[in-house]
Amino acid sequence: MNEILKISNLKVKYGNIRALKGIDMIVERGKIVTLIGANGAGKSTTMNTIAGVIKAGGGRIVFDGQDITNKPSDLIVRKRIILSPEGRQVFPYMTVTENLKLGAITVKDKGKNGESLQMAYELFPILKEREHQMAGTLSGGEQQMLAIGRSLMSKPELLMLDEPSLGLAPMVVREIFRLIRRINEMGTTILLVEQNAKMALSISDYGYVLETGTIMMEGEAAQLLKNPKVKEVFLGG
Amino acid sequence: MFLQQMINGLTIGSFYALVAVGYSMVFSVLELTNFAHMSVFMLGGYIGCTALAGLGVGFPAAAVLAIGGCGAAGILLDRFALMPMRRRGATRVSYLICTIGLSTFIQNFIMLVFGSEAIPFKETFVNGQIRIGNAVVSYMQIGIVALTLVLMALTYVLVYKTPAGMSMRAIAQNPRAAKLMGINTDRIITFTFFTGSALAAVAGLMFGSYYYSVDLQMGFTVGMKTFASAVLGGIGSLPGAVLGGFLIGILEALFAGYISSGFKDAVGFLVLIVVLLIRPSGLMGQKKVNKV
Repeated sequence: MNEILKISNLKVKYGNIRALKGIDMIVERGKIVTLIGANGAGKSTTMNTIAGVIKAGGGRIVFDGQDITNKPSDLIVRKRIILSPEGRQVFPYMTVTENLKLGAITVKDKGKNGESLQMAYELFPILKEREHQMAGTLSGGEQQMLAIGRSLMSKPELLMLDEPSLGLAPMVVREIFRLIRRINEMGTTILLVEQNAKMALSISDYGYVLETGTIMMEGEAAQLLKNPKVKEVFLGG
Repeated sequence: MFLQQMINGLTIGSFYALVAVGYSMVFSVLELTNFAHMSVFMLGGYIGCTALAGLGVGFPAAAVLAIGGCGAAGILLDRFALMPMRRRGATRVSYLICTIGLSTFIQNFIMLVFGSEAIPFKETFVNGQIRIGNAVVSYMQIGIVALTLVLMALTYVLVYKTPAGMSMRAIAQNPRAAKLMGINTDRIITFTFFTGSALAAVAGLMFGSYYYSVDLQMGFTVGMKTFASAVLGGIGSLPGAVLGGFLIGILEALFAGYISSGFKDAVGFLVLIVVLLIRPSGLMGQKKVNKV
């Protein structure tokens, strides 16, 4: 088994609240792995802890054989893990191009940035049309594409996507998921957090179900989709 | 007289613009009004002018010394006072109080090293003057305005054309996303303090040379007016800070020339109040967009 990310017994506390109570997860190289669960289950906490913006209170995160637990976020990006955060978080007063270039700020070889930019524009042609527009003026769907494109600029091996479908129209959601698959097919491992569990499981290889800080269930995505409990809680019966 | 006062106004406006840019830069990355900035400006005046007139090292060397001293002060200030607070998630108001404390500290440091008396100078970095119509322009005034414009252009290039500047703007717009993109936010913030302090150092040196003296009041009087300039232009906006600085400088000079020199210090604040009533975000400030 070729694991790119291994999380063991990860614990996170916010004051007295135990947000993660010791979770174990494995992400295999080249796969799409999804983390589903209700609001407040700890999905975003997991992602942010991997990205180094939240401190772990215990446990280990190993990426590519190296311990990256509690390393600073800029180092994590240099190790080629990137988080595209919930709510897009684009830089509103920068143009689309500037936003994309910022995604490549950790890339040493600036000569490669032109290629990455071309690749981003190829994946998201709408961004090319809007290249000189301020990111704050884009629609929600366009901002989401920009956020994903910006993350890809750092040439990640592991791309973490936090709620990419949040607040988007169904048609746009389908488009985003199609693009996530495409990015995966191009060789990037993806860890996906979603409220839209059905959609997420349908494009994923493997899934974890998180409930109040513990992994309740895990398995092949196709199996989880058929699981009666998952169906009842997340897929609306 | 109009031309003469415009020239005088542009000169003092240069000092205000240079210092105001430092306020604005720090404000944009931290949303913090750095009250220690005015003392850093004064420190620049003391170091630079003592080197220029006391040691007779010439203007470039004096500028380097002032920039070195103030730049170091800016770095230390962020590393040892503000960064620890940032790490512990301190509230805005504790930051503010901290910078007021630092301001007092630097002021007293200056008093300890240079004494509490005003220090007069005879020498300055360039002598001579020319006549334009019936106005007299000293070479020093030309030098001050020219150097200010050059420094503003360099700052513009730094902020808008380099990776470091891009990182600064990213932090200003969304610090969390900046972190997630791999920007070492602490390093960039410290660098921002350094840049602002370096500009204030040059302003302090030129200010002291222009008035042939440095004293312990210069920090506060100039500091308050430059803060007003930054707010007038729209705090957080660099072009705004420059515009605000020159505007207040010119208004002050015109007011002193035509109405009363006794009240000239008040005119900038009066304009500030009026502008803020009409445009609360300042002349070139951006209205905050609500982040989703």
